Formats: sequence, C-alpha cells, structure tokens
Amino acid sequence: MTGPDSFRSLFFEEAEDLLGTLSDEVARLKGGDRDSEIVHSIFRAVHSIKGGAGAFALDRLVGFAHRFETVLDAVRSDQLPLTAELLRIVERSVDHLSVLVEAARNDRDTDTTLTDAAVAVLNGCLDAIGQDKAPADVLQPEAAPAFTFTPLALNLDPIEVEPTRTVTIRFRPYPGLYDNGHEPTLLIAHLAELGTLQTELDLSALPDWSSPDITEPAFAWVIRMATNAKREAIEEIFEFVAGLCDLSIEEEHDIPAMPDLPSPSPMSQDESTPATAPFVMTETTPASATDGLGPRPTLRVDLDRIERLFNAVGELIINQSMIAQRVDDLQMHHDTDMSSHVESYRLLARDIQEAVMAIRAQPVKPLFQRMSRIVREAAEGTGKQAQLVMLGESTEVDKTVVERLADPLTHMVRNSVDHGLESPERRLAAGKDPVGTIWLSAAHRSGSVIITIRDDGAGLDREKVLRVAVTKGLVPAGTELSEAEIDNLIFQPGFSTASATSLLSGRGVGLDVVRTAVQALGGRVNITSRPGKGTEFTITLPLTLAVLDGMLISVGGTSMIVPIAAVLETIRPLPGDVEQIGPDERLLSIRGRYVPIIDLAETLGFPRAEADDPAMLLLLVETEARGTCALLVDRVHDQRQVVIKGLEGNYGQVTGVSAATVLGDGQIALILDPDGIAAQSHPIPSQTSGQRVAALP
Amino acid sequence: MRITVLAIDDSRTMRSMVRRAMDAAGFVCEVAEDGVEGVRRFEELRPDVVITDINMPRMDGFGVIETIRQDAANRSVPILVLTTETAPEFKARAQTAGATGWIVKPFDDQSLVMVVRRVTGSLR
Repeated sequence: MTGPDSFRSLFFEEAEDLLGTLSDEVARLKGGDRDSEIVHSIFRAVHSIKGGAGAFALDRLVGFAHRFETVLDAVRSDQLPLTAELLRIVERSVDHLSVLVEAARNDRDTDTTLTDAAVAVLNGCLDAIGQDKAPADVLQPEAAPAFTFTPLALNLDPIEVEPTRTVTIRFRPYPGLYDNGHEPTLLIAHLAELGTLQTELDLSALPDWSSPDITEPAFAWVIRMATNAKREAIEEIFEFVAGLCDLSIEEEHDIPAMPDLPSPSPMSQDESTPATAPFVMTETTPASATDGLGPRPTLRVDLDRIERLFNAVGELIINQSMIAQRVDDLQMHHDTDMSSHVESYRLLARDIQEAVMAIRAQPVKPLFQRMSRIVREAAEGTGKQAQLVMLGESTEVDKTVVERLADPLTHMVRNSVDHGLESPERRLAAGKDPVGTIWLSAAHRSGSVIITIRDDGAGLDREKVLRVAVTKGLVPAGTELSEAEIDNLIFQPGFSTASATSLLSGRGVGLDVVRTAVQALGGRVNITSRPGKGTEFTITLPLTLAVLDGMLISVGGTSMIVPIAAVLETIRPLPGDVEQIGPDERLLSIRGRYVPIIDLAETLGFPRAEADDPAMLLLLVETEARGTCALLVDRVHDQRQVVIKGLEGNYGQVTGVSAATVLGDGQIALILDPDGIAAQSHPIPSQTSGQRVAALP
Repeated sequence: MRITVLAIDDSRTMRSMVRRAMDAAGFVCEVAEDGVEGVRRFEELRPDVVITDINMPRMDGFGVIETIRQDAANRSVPILVLTTETAPEFKARAQTAGATGWIVKPFDDQSLVMVVRRVTGSLR
C-alpha cells in the first residue's frame, strides 16, 4: 500500500469522510445551532479537501475549494454575516464540492459552467463585503479556477549552469534567527554543497562584554564561494531566513559581466520582511476546543487480508457443521461432555463469524448523506420543495452492499422526488405542507437489512400505471390485476410514467434497473402505495454477501438450499387444497387465494423418484416473476447458515441456481434462486391471468 | 542516530504521505492528528524536527509553533509548516510564530526530504 494510487484512494476515502462532516455541520447550522466551532470545522474540512486535492493536482477541485474556503474564512472572522441566504450558498457549495470530488474520483470531467456559476456565487459574497481579493487570491486569476502553486523543488538542472565565478555572501543573522530553529552553520554547510567556500567570521559586532546587548547580532559571516550554481540556488538556501538576517549576495564573474545582470542588493530578499507585512490571516482559537474524547483509534487493513480471513471463517463454519453432523451421526449426543464441546465450538465459530462480518460492516450514513444532495438537486430540477429525513443512519451493512447500493438508492430517491412528490401548488390544494418529505431509513430486522424510501406524495396513480403498462404491451388489455400487482408493474423493464421526460429521472433507465441491482445483492424490493398519502419502497438485503441463512431441502434425492429470506412458509396441504388446472398446472388454495405450484424436480430436470406423494410438501416463496409461488419439494431438513461459494466463475450464470455451498457432510449443495425457478417454470410472462395471485382485500 | 520527525496534520492522506516520504529517507516518523495532540507528542518524543499543518482542529499550526517555542529550550528545534498557502504574508506570519521553514503542498517526497535535511543538518 505505498503506490501513489493507494494515496489517491486514501484521499478519496478521507474526502468522503470530510464531505460527511460538512453535511453534518451544515445540518447543524440549518438547525439553528450557531456554535462558532461549526464554521471552523466546515472551514477545516474544505481546507483539507483542498490540500489533498492539491497533492494530486486536481486543479478544478482545488480552485473551487479555495474560493469556498475564502468565503468561509470571511464568515469565521465575522466579516460576512451568516444569513439564511449565505447558508444556502454554503450548502450548495458543499454539494458542488461533492460533485467535483466524485468527478475527480472517477476521472470524469464536469460541466465547467456549473463550477464557474458556483464560483461566481461565492465571488458575489465576497464582493458584498467589499473584500475584493483575499490575500491568497492574488495568485488566482478570476475566471480561471485552476490554482497554480510555486513548487519548492530545488533547481538541479545541470544544463543551464552558470559559469564558474566567485560569489561573496555577507550574512548577519538577527538573534530571532536562532529562535526559529535555524543554525547558521547548517546554512553554510548547505552552501558548501554548491561550491568551494572560504569563510570568514566577522566579529566586528561583538558587544561590549561589560554590558552585552543580547538583542543585537554578535556574529556575522563573509563567505567567498567559487561556484557555478545559479544565483537562485544560493538564494534558496537562505529562503527560510529571509527577514531574520542581513544578507547580500554579490557576484564577481570571471568572464566580463553581463550588462543585464541583476545588480546586487544588500537585502536581496526583503519582500517578505515581517515588519511591513500586513497580517491578514485570522486567529483561530477554537471555542469548544476540547471535548475530552478523541476519535476512537482505528486500524486500516488491506482488503485482501480481510477477504482471506473471511474465507477462512467460511471454511471454519463448514468444518464446524461437519463435526457437528459427524457427532450426530455417530450417536454421540448422549455423551454430554462431547455435546457441550460441540455446542461451544458452534457458538465460538458463530462469534468469530460475527466479529469478522463486523469488520466489513459500515454505517449507511455516508450513503444517506449523499442522498440529501440528490433530493435538493431533484427538487430544484422539478420545481418542487422537498426535505429529506434520515432514520437509522448508523445501521451497519456490508461494505460491498453499501457501495453497490449507491446507484439504486440514488435512482429511487430521485424517483421519489420526481414522480412521488407533487408540486407545491398541488400539495397546498390537497391541504398538505408545500414542502414534501422523503424519509430514508435503515434498520436491521431478523438477519436482514431493511432500507425504506418513503414519500408523502400523491401515491401511485394505478389507473395510469395500468394504462401505460397496457399501452406498452407489458400486460394484455383487459387484464385484471391486484393493486399490488399494478404497483409492481413500475419495476417492469421499459416502464416509465413520466409524460414528459424530465431531466432527472428520464435517463432511459427505469426502476427495473433498481430491482436488478438489488437482486444482484441477494435482496428484493417491494412497493406499497396509498393514494394521496404517499409511496414506500422497501429494500430487503442480506447482512452479508458471504453467508446465507438457508433451508436445507431435498428434491429428487439431491440436497439443495433455499434462501430463508425467500421462504414465506412451509405447508403440507390437505388434498382438497390442490386443484388441477389443465394437464400440467396445479394450484394451491390457501386462505382464500390461489398460488401456482411449481414442481421443483420437474423444473430442474430431475426424475421424480416416487409417484406423486399425496402428502405434498410445499414451500411458499415470494418471487418477482410470478408473485407468490409454492415450490414442491420432497423433504425439508432444517435451517442452517451456509457459506456462499460462487458458481459463476466456473459455470457462468445458471438460471434457477444462484450459488453453491458445502454442507456439513462434505456434500455440495446448490443454492436455489426461487425467482429464476419461477421464471423458468413458466417462461411466458404475459400469461399472468389465471395463475396470478388473487387480490387480497 | 536516526532523525525523528513529528508530523502534525489532521488529514490522514497528508500524514500518510509525509510518513512515506520520511520512511523512505530513513527517518523515524511519528504523527499527531491535531495541534493539541501535536504539542503533547512533541513533549513526549522530543523530535528532531516538526512538520505541521496550519488548519487543524483544537489548535492550529501557529498555535503549535508558538506553544513549542515558548520554552526557550525548544527554540533550536526546526519546525516546518506544510501548507497550501503561498502568500508572502502567510510566510511572514509563520515566521513570526517561530516557524523555521515551509513546504508548499503539493510537495514531492524528494523536496520534502531535502528541506528536512537542510534544517536538521543531516546532509549527505
């Protein structure tokens, strides 16, 4: 982890944290908190982003951050009052900053006009207080945000050497020079690297020893130097002591002096003499300086190492269940000692697994925080007013899940503002607050992570949804669908209700992309909508991508795993509950509705060993393709945690099978994908009527 | 005797970059995340050179320099400011506080090491 790329990614990680801080602090300001430390903290975060960005030559980001920082500096030094308007500008600037960070991270270009506009707004703030130029701004031309630095690299260019000549340096340090950690002998030693020196200690200023004045310089040096170093190289050695000494550098050339040589001045570097320099930096004395508790110590670890640990723990879990099963097989469970050891091993393995999973767990907060910008942008783009309320941001989810959830979540939040919320006028007319609310929440629920996106908008216009679906040929005309089915139509590929393509959501991708992305993470997404009250999307995700809670079943003599998350219930129906429809179709009547029965063995191409068992065993599963379905299985063994072993690397994608696992007895079992099974069992999607789930009241 | 460097910066990225440069040069590099911790670490470590950021929580770089310089015994310890500022006024302010020198970000490892060698007298 020492290459420049690792620093770059470190910077972006840090920038992400800093943007999180910015978002928090701005929210505090918006909440009316006027603790002076908040503005300082915002300033520092912007400054850190600028500093880091500078290190990677992200000029656009540096330029913008610099201007933003100048405005914040004016605020923290009370030159600029923090009005509601300015707060809004600060908020927007934070947004723009995160856009620039994201663009830089992805090596993408951003629209320069946006940055120019954002800079113009910030400049407007500075104009307002008549601060025409902040000190450092002198270095930065108005319309060009690209920030130029003066690099301090030593000029070691061997081509343009000056001719060998004698240079006389007169150097008289002020006492203050010693107080700043300088040592004249070091400077002289450094000079010696550039040529041959002849030094002379000038003691003419030695004080009257009876009453020495220690504020006066006592020693001085006259250094004659035979060198071919450039004058700048010599000057650079004295760069840090400028203003702390009398210095003159005189050149005597062996060759005739060039007429345009700079005439030696007794104080060649006096432009930064402290006595004449106006102090413009503002003193920063943080008000709430000490909160006692520093940040908790953290350790950064290479992801590969964690992956290794992860795999090892996976093997441990498998090994544990193998041993447990073996003990069971050998009828050793009456040996209480053995049983308790096996049980503690199981608990220990579970503990280790949870601890390792926690390493990869990250709070969803940074992800959620990004959404507040999406809400603002979307609201602005559609002329709506919206606020975002976040709940359960500290909920922790696997790192990969957090990362891969960013796009679908962005899309859904945007969708909620764009299609969910009404315009302020319509909201007022409906007796609602003109400002719409989007709730974004995360919570852990029985081994899953539930993320909901709720709006208080108009709810789905089901008539319109159905009409559009019919027009687009997604369902045959005249189809009778339940409310839930209509709602779910919006996840169909090629569905879009926006009559005019809006800038925001109308990017040719619909919610079907969201569903696909969530499914790829082993999760599902559901929608509930109430007319006039709003719409809620629920994303259910597994806590981790490495381990799955599964139900061990057998079909046609083969053991398989069905993800618990997909199983609604297990039933052994009474013979009268099963109805034969045509030659191949059977329906299960359950609590007043009908669900299609899918014969797993048949779908997977296994021979059916036993003749149709009158006592069927069915798993009710929720599928996207066909709603609730009943999977016909031979036997249900138990529920267990299994370690997911991907198959795609070796076999490509197999419909109906999501992965495999190794069971306790060393047997390999396929992990079924109920969705794929449902789709495969009945590949013609338009024939939904007849087998669909009847509406529940 | 290896040179001990104390790098004070609230940015992880900067701390890592300074540390890498120092490590590569064979210096011992310790870090602190803000001014208050920086001063504490200084007392603890008695480093040969300090490299500090300016804008930091709790105590800024100027505060760090002034606090360290208050003790006359510490006046010979070189303190370098690592900054994005290039304005002469800024350098003057740093110098008044007691800074020995400054390095402008973005820096390259070589010039940072060079400056450290310059002020500590560890020239090769």
